[in-house]
Amino acid sequence: MRAFIVLLQKEFIQIGRNVFLSRLIVAFPVLVMLIMPLTMTMDVRNVNVAVADADRSPVSNRMISHMEASERITLAGQCGSFAEAMKLLEDGAADIIVEIPSGFERGLAKGERHKISITANAVNAIKGSMGVQYLMQSISSALEEIREGDGTASVSDLVSVQNRFNPTLNYRHYMIPALMIMLFILICGFLPSLSIVGEKESGTIEQINVTPVSRRAFTLSKLIPYWFIGLFVLSIAMLVARLVYGLAPAGSIGAVYLGALLFILTISGFSLTVANFSDTMQQTVFVMFFFIMIFILMSGLLTPVDSMPQWAQTFTLVLPPRYFVDILRSVYLKGASVCELWTSYAALGGFALLFNILAALTYRKQA
Amino acid sequence: MKAVEVNDVSKRFGKVEALRSVSFEVERGELFGLIGPDGAGKTTLFRILATLLEADGGTALVDGMDVCRDYTSIRSRVGYMPGRFSLYQDLTVEENLAFFAALFGVDARDSYSLVAPVYRHIEPFAKRRAGRLSGGMKQKLALSCALIHRPSVLFLDEPTTGVDALSRGEFWDMLTDLKNSGISILVSTPYMDEASRCDRIALCNDGGILGTDSPVRILQRFDSPLYAARADDMFALLGAARKVRGVERCYPFGQSHHIVAGRDFSAEEFTRELSWLEGLCLEPVKPAIEDVFIKLMQK
Repeated sequence: MRAFIVLLQKEFIQIGRNVFLSRLIVAFPVLVMLIMPLTMTMDVRNVNVAVADADRSPVSNRMISHMEASERITLAGQCGSFAEAMKLLEDGAADIIVEIPSGFERGLAKGERHKISITANAVNAIKGSMGVQYLMQSISSALEEIREGDGTASVSDLVSVQNRFNPTLNYRHYMIPALMIMLFILICGFLPSLSIVGEKESGTIEQINVTPVSRRAFTLSKLIPYWFIGLFVLSIAMLVARLVYGLAPAGSIGAVYLGALLFILTISGFSLTVANFSDTMQQTVFVMFFFIMIFILMSGLLTPVDSMPQWAQTFTLVLPPRYFVDILRSVYLKGASVCELWTSYAALGGFALLFNILAALTYRKQA
Repeated sequence: MKAVEVNDVSKRFGKVEALRSVSFEVERGELFGLIGPDGAGKTTLFRILATLLEADGGTALVDGMDVCRDYTSIRSRVGYMPGRFSLYQDLTVEENLAFFAALFGVDARDSYSLVAPVYRHIEPFAKRRAGRLSGGMKQKLALSCALIHRPSVLFLDEPTTGVDALSRGEFWDMLTDLKNSGISILVSTPYMDEASRCDRIALCNDGGILGTDSPVRILQRFDSPLYAARADDMFALLGAARKVRGVERCYPFGQSHHIVAGRDFSAEEFTRELSWLEGLCLEPVKPAIEDVFIKLMQK
C-alpha cells in the first residue's frame, strides 16, 4: 500500500513539474469553453438576396421592404431581370434570388396562381436551405399582412410551433455538452496512454518492472491522477457554461457526474489498451487520433445520430461516447434522471468493464 | 549456492540469434565481468537474468531461484542498472532514491550505510533534478538506487559506457568496495582494459562465450610470442608484415601493430626483410585481453 501511495505521489509530482501539462489542464477547458461555443454555430445570418422584380407593384414593394426589415436578410440588389440577378449569384454577391413574376399582384386579387420563384446557391447546403426558410417566412408574413385586410385566416393562426427544451433553438446549448465530452476524450483518453508510453520510451518502466511493484498498482497509479483531472476539468467546464452562457443542467448534477465517471473509466481503459500495443508516442498519437476522429464524428457530437444512414446508426451502438452524448444532453437540456437513462448508463458501465478487462489482458503480452 | 548459474541459455529475435547456449556461473561475493563488443548479447543476457525477458531455452538461476518461476522473489533480491539511464529525470536525486526505496518496501535511511560510499559523491546535489546531472553523477545515482534495497546480487549493464576515464576508475573502486561488503556483482563492459578489475571474466562475442576464467589465467591462454611493430608508414608495414614467414597474424593495436609469431618466426629475419621500411622497430610485448579476444575469436 505504501508503494502505491508513493507511485501516486510520483505521478502528481511529475504532472506538477511538467509546466506545459499543468497549465494545459487548467487553460485548455477554459479556452475551449470560452471560444468554441462562439464559433460553433449553425445559425445562418446575413443571407444576401437579389430580387428580380418584374411586377413592380405595391404588393411586391411591400414584400421587398419586409425582407429589408428582416435582420437575417440583406438585400444584395434589386434587378430588372432574372439574368441580371443570376449574375450577382454567380459573382457571389448574392446567395439567393427571389423572382417576382409580372402580374403577381393582379393574380393575387383574382385568385390566379402566379408563383414566386426562389433560387438558392446550395454550395453551402445549410446556408442555402436555412436562407430559403427565412425567405419563405418573410414572404408569407408579408402576404399575410396584405391579406389581413381581407379578413381571411392566416397560416400562422392555424399552426403553432413550440421548441421544447431549447426554446430559442440555441445551437450553443446543444454544443456545450458535446464540447465537455471532447475535453474528456482528449484529457482522459490521450494523457494516460502518453504517460505510459513515455515511460516505455525513456526506459523507466524497465526500472519499475524489476521492483516487486505489481503491474496493476503501476497502471492504476497512471490512471487515478487523470480521473481526478477529468472530474476537475468537467467542473471547470460546467462552471464556465453556467457563468458565461447561463446554461445549468436541467437535471441533477449527480447524474452528470455519474455519467462522467463511467465515461472516464471507459475512455481511460481504452487509452491503456492502446498504450499496451504501442512502443512509441508517435504510434500512440496516431492510433488514438484514428479512434478519436471516429468518436467525434460518429457519436452524435456534431451531427445527430438520427440523420445518419441506417448502417451508420447501427455502428454507433458500439461507440461509447454516443451514450455519454445522450446522457449529457438529456440531463443538461431535458432534465432527464438516471432512471430514465438507465440503458445509456448501463451501456457505458459495460464499456468501462470491457475496456479495462481488455487492457488487463493485453498487458500480459508484453515481454 | 552460486550467485548466478546460467545453463545453455539461448534467445533469438526473429532471425537474429542473440544468445546461443550460453553457460557460466558467478560465485558468491565475486565480481564477474562480461567482456565483449556491442552486439555480443550482453544486454539480452542481463534482461533475462533481471526477469525482464524470457529465454527460449536453457535455465538461469539467481540466488538459487529460477528466473521464470520465482521472478517475484528474485526482483526483491536483485539490483539492476540498465545500460541506459532510466531513472526519473524530472524527480530530484533524493526523490529518486526515496521512490525506489519505497517501491522495495525499505526506508532509504536504513540502507544509508551501504549506499553511502556511492551516494556521498552526489549528496551535495540532492535537490537537483536527475536529468540535470552529469553522466558520471547519473551513473552514481543509478547505482545508489540499485543498491537501496540491499540486494544480494547486482547486475550492471555497461555502467561505465560514456563516462570519462577518471570517473570510470572511481566507479570500479566503488564496485570493489561493494564486492568486499559481500555483494555478488555481474558487470558488463565493452572496455577490455577494465577486465583486470574483475575476479573472473567471460569473453563474449556474437551470442556465445569464448572463454571464462580469471583475467590472469585468460592472459595465460595466449601461448604464442607477441611482438609490437612500428614504422613510419604503418599501412605499408601491415601489408608487408603479413607476408613475412612465420607471422601468424598481424593486426593494428593502438599505436602499433601486434604480430603473433608462429614457430618459425625470427625477429632478426623480420627486421632484415622489412629493412626498407623507414623507422621500423620491433619489440616483444605482453599480451593484453584484446589479443586473447582476437585469438579466441578466430579459432
